[in-house]
Amino acid sequence: MVLPMNWAKEFADFDCSAKEMADRLTMTGSKVECYENAADAVENVVIGRIESIVPHPDSDHMVICQVEVGQAAPLQIVTGAANLKVGDLVPVALDGSKLPGGVEIKKGVLRGVESCGMLCSLGELGLTVHDFPYAIENGILVLDERDYPDGMPAPGTPAVEALGMDDVVFEFEITPNRPDCLAVRELGRECAATFGVPFKDHTPTVKPGHGNVNDLLKVDIENSELCMRYCGAVVENVRVAPSPKWMRDRLRACGVRPINNLVDITNYVMLEYGQPMHCFDHKYVNGQHIHVRNAKPGEHIVTLDGVDRALSEEMLVIADDAGPIGVAGVMGGEYSGTYESTTTVVFESAMFYGPSIRTTAKKLGLQTEASAKYSKGLDPNTCAPALARALELVQLLDAGDVVDGVVDIYPAPRTENHVPLRPEVINRLLGTSLSRQEMVDILLPLGFRLEGDVVVCPTLRNDVKRDCDLAEEVARYVGYNKMPSTLMKGVAEARPTPRQSFDEKLTRTLAGYGLWECENFSFYSAKCFDQINLPANDPLRNAVVISNPLGEDTSIMRTTALPSVMDVVARNYSARAAECAVFEQATEYLPSALADEVADNDFNDYPALCKKLAAEGKTPSDLLPTEVQKLILAAYGPQWDYLAMKGVVEGLLATAGIKEFTAVRNTTGAAFHPGRAADLFVNGEKVGTVGEVHPTVCANYGVKARVVAADLNLDKLFELRGGEPQFAPLPKHPATSRDLALVADEAAPAADLAGCIKANAGENLESLTLFDVYTGEKVGEGKKSLAYNLVFRAADRTLTDEEVDGAIGRVLKALGEMGVTLRS
Amino acid sequence: MKEALEQIRQTAGQLIAAADSEKAVDELRVRFLGKKGELTGILKQMGKLSAEERPVVGALANQVREDIDSQIRARMKELADAALSTRLAGETIDVTLPGKRPEQGGLHPFHLVLNDFKDIFLGMGFDVVGGPEVELDHYNFEMLTIPKTHPARDTQDTFYITENILLRTQTSGMQIRTMEKRKPPIRIIAPGRVYRSDAVDATHSPIFHQIEGLVVDEGITFSDLKGTLEVFIKKLYGPDTKVRFRPHHFPYTEPSAEMDMSCFKCGGKGCAMCKGEGWIEILGCGMVHPKVLENCGIDSEKYTGYAFGIGLERVVMMRYGIDDMRLLYENDLRFLKQFN
Repeated sequence: MVLPMNWAKEFADFDCSAKEMADRLTMTGSKVECYENAADAVENVVIGRIESIVPHPDSDHMVICQVEVGQAAPLQIVTGAANLKVGDLVPVALDGSKLPGGVEIKKGVLRGVESCGMLCSLGELGLTVHDFPYAIENGILVLDERDYPDGMPAPGTPAVEALGMDDVVFEFEITPNRPDCLAVRELGRECAATFGVPFKDHTPTVKPGHGNVNDLLKVDIENSELCMRYCGAVVENVRVAPSPKWMRDRLRACGVRPINNLVDITNYVMLEYGQPMHCFDHKYVNGQHIHVRNAKPGEHIVTLDGVDRALSEEMLVIADDAGPIGVAGVMGGEYSGTYESTTTVVFESAMFYGPSIRTTAKKLGLQTEASAKYSKGLDPNTCAPALARALELVQLLDAGDVVDGVVDIYPAPRTENHVPLRPEVINRLLGTSLSRQEMVDILLPLGFRLEGDVVVCPTLRNDVKRDCDLAEEVARYVGYNKMPSTLMKGVAEARPTPRQSFDEKLTRTLAGYGLWECENFSFYSAKCFDQINLPANDPLRNAVVISNPLGEDTSIMRTTALPSVMDVVARNYSARAAECAVFEQATEYLPSALADEVADNDFNDYPALCKKLAAEGKTPSDLLPTEVQKLILAAYGPQWDYLAMKGVVEGLLATAGIKEFTAVRNTTGAAFHPGRAADLFVNGEKVGTVGEVHPTVCANYGVKARVVAADLNLDKLFELRGGEPQFAPLPKHPATSRDLALVADEAAPAADLAGCIKANAGENLESLTLFDVYTGEKVGEGKKSLAYNLVFRAADRTLTDEEVDGAIGRVLKALGEMGVTLRS
Repeated sequence: MKEALEQIRQTAGQLIAAADSEKAVDELRVRFLGKKGELTGILKQMGKLSAEERPVVGALANQVREDIDSQIRARMKELADAALSTRLAGETIDVTLPGKRPEQGGLHPFHLVLNDFKDIFLGMGFDVVGGPEVELDHYNFEMLTIPKTHPARDTQDTFYITENILLRTQTSGMQIRTMEKRKPPIRIIAPGRVYRSDAVDATHSPIFHQIEGLVVDEGITFSDLKGTLEVFIKKLYGPDTKVRFRPHHFPYTEPSAEMDMSCFKCGGKGCAMCKGEGWIEILGCGMVHPKVLENCGIDSEKYTGYAFGIGLERVVMMRYGIDDMRLLYENDLRFLKQFN
């Protein structure tokens, strides 16, 4: 919403700089986004009068003018324009002047004749013939007497003043609760209240004319839910002409292009009152009868912009006896904008249901100023005064003869909200100690009335319904920053939950191990599944699908974050990083099976839906996907191989307090190398997978390095985490250490050997460490040697050699049964 | 005998001073003080002395022994020190060579800044809670008094899954989920991802992070809201930071406000960072609308509350001087390695 300062001043007497106005209005709640003065782009341009014109001696198209600019002597200016005569008043860019677009004008010599400036055209000043309809596009802007009924400007007058460009225009951010402020008049009221001056309201008056509107127009509202009010008036003998300069100046300042007096009046009233208006030719209203109704099946309309549009039944149209002549609140029909043979027009000032207008405009792809305003939800009580204002302007501009009376169909008038004034409740909410009188003094200038202890809210302020709304009115005029700042009393207990601390500990551990945390989008393309070789029937392909995605690339919620992290690996690989180790604490979204059992319509009665689901022990939230928390790790580089990644995972499990886990070869995870991947189990539950990424997957991502990755379920790790560590007394007795070099089949998992040793070494085995693995000719084809260190210790005594020898004997016997022998 | 002792003292003194290795000194110790040493030899002849002479010579002999012993120790130490100095001198290295740093990774800037938020609010008694990103329209909009027909829905371009399930556009739904689960007093922050269908560019992302705050109790005022957020900003940006509150509108708070902070770059004088304003818009907040409390079964005559929402990206970008939001989601290591 834009507001020219001079227009605002029509409603409130105040005087301040643009910056102060912006600051003060912002602090009382009308946020100024920015402000601009078109005149700032123009410097040193004045009005000059042509004193003489002589041909240029060396040019057949240029002339030499002597121009009176209010200085001691006239200026000599050379121009190529042909539309000048002596006595004309024109804008003159003096030596050292600035024009819009940053153009600078300097004194110069044109074909041997000195020229002390430049005579300006409309375009050079950033104007068009719409702004100055009596001027020409290709020539110098010559001021026209019709634009200056109070007298022509004197030579030397700054051009921005004479042309009506010197106004500061403010751009406001109007919040959805204040559609009333989409009107200059209501912003004027806020200005008056902000500056503490009276609001100078204007009540339009229409002089008696002739005839009776009811003889020329009949209106029926057939859907009063979508059309709350329809006011119509008729003007005969219209005299289409340019509107006066003051009106054009204001429209231009607001960014509206002046067209002619009729159109300009509708736009002017829309700006001033916030009420969209429509003015259309009476002769195209078949039967002189307007029906406001829903479109009928198959109906079409050619709108003002010449496009043939199919209408659907939920759309509201303005129709005559023959069919639609406009899409209500959005755009008129094709004939509504032409006035060439028009003698009689209808002025429409109606109120339509915002959400319906919003849907219709969206569906037609037709956003207009009117539809935008209606969508915000306006006050139907404005329709009549706005129409009166339009008719008043018709008379003022002599644009036609107003027919007496208006048609006003208003089935259910909007009433004022009554809110009890409870100063103690307002003070309790704000933390203030304002008196009742202080509150009243704020409310009255804003248009509120007081009836006893009840605040009567103007219907324009339909947003004010309860104490808190009055509190806001009071607070913004007391000044948010003048109110106290306090700290809450009382002790509150707060600490991170065990889960939050757990997640933080694990992510910090990963960072400590040299991995960098990354953040990826939660959605991607279904193609990502192919990139990680996910089988066609894999349940992870069943994803939550976004119905209106930005694009295919971001159209489904990820069910596995491996592609996200592989993307990061690929990006860094292509950036030639020699090494890359990253992880993401990622959410994966697994669709709820329950979602298919509930239809969209079931939500229309939410309590009933809750009840129905409660019978199965569910809530509507069970329709939402399961959001699984994962840790996805991936790395490549000289020090990263399967065991390095497994080591990181082992460290992570230790950090989680998980002492025991088993790694089982995974040959089916298609994303991984079939010989270099393992699933990890804790207490029989799978917590994740670690492995080398399958070379074809790496190739899909354009990564030529060996990438290792881990996919760990953080939720499971938390469930299975170890408890608080418990102290074990430090050993008092010495340990006995033995090394065993074992020879086993190359395919035998080391974990099986270790398991066997642990199972048979007895309770005194304190630790078991694998310190060497060897394959080669010394142990023979198909064999490997594993060297273990075993440490034995008893808590209560020094172990004898015999005891340890016995244990070793039992271990070797059991290993022997597995075909594992002592290396000779 | 006295002469002999003095002679030993003198000879020993000279030899010890001249000894040039710890081994040579040790040989002198054996020669003079050993069981078969010269001093022992003299002492063995003590029996020949008269009863009067014996204590005198005995005392002298002890004195000589102690004297030689201390000279030997001193010389030993001298030699050891010299040897150590020589060794250390030989071990000199170039101390300006780069150190061998253990390889460490690091946390994403979001994580780092969010931890600051959590620390500050935990300190003020706020619990940290989380909730679903794929959310019911009911929680994201309806219960926050934003029905399907509300114009505010236009300003939040929503990703829908179905008509009633969407990607949350704000963390404000966590207000409802929290009030359904807990009864006042409530003090929480709820950080998390939110989604709006904005195409990716330097200042927009379809995914970003918000931190929602909610306090509900008896006697909570707008002044409390101001005070708490002032403390938060001063803890985050330093004690000299100023804040101001501007009236604004959110459907689920009334009164509502936006909070600006004095520009941390220019201190409020006006610069490119704050577009000459001196102020930077930082968050939206307000008193919880009584209708929202009532929607959650909380007595709005008895309880009041406030809520606020802060965008994380903006704070992260301002803190580190990051000028392009895309970098935060590209995870280029050359970027990630700059913040830990």
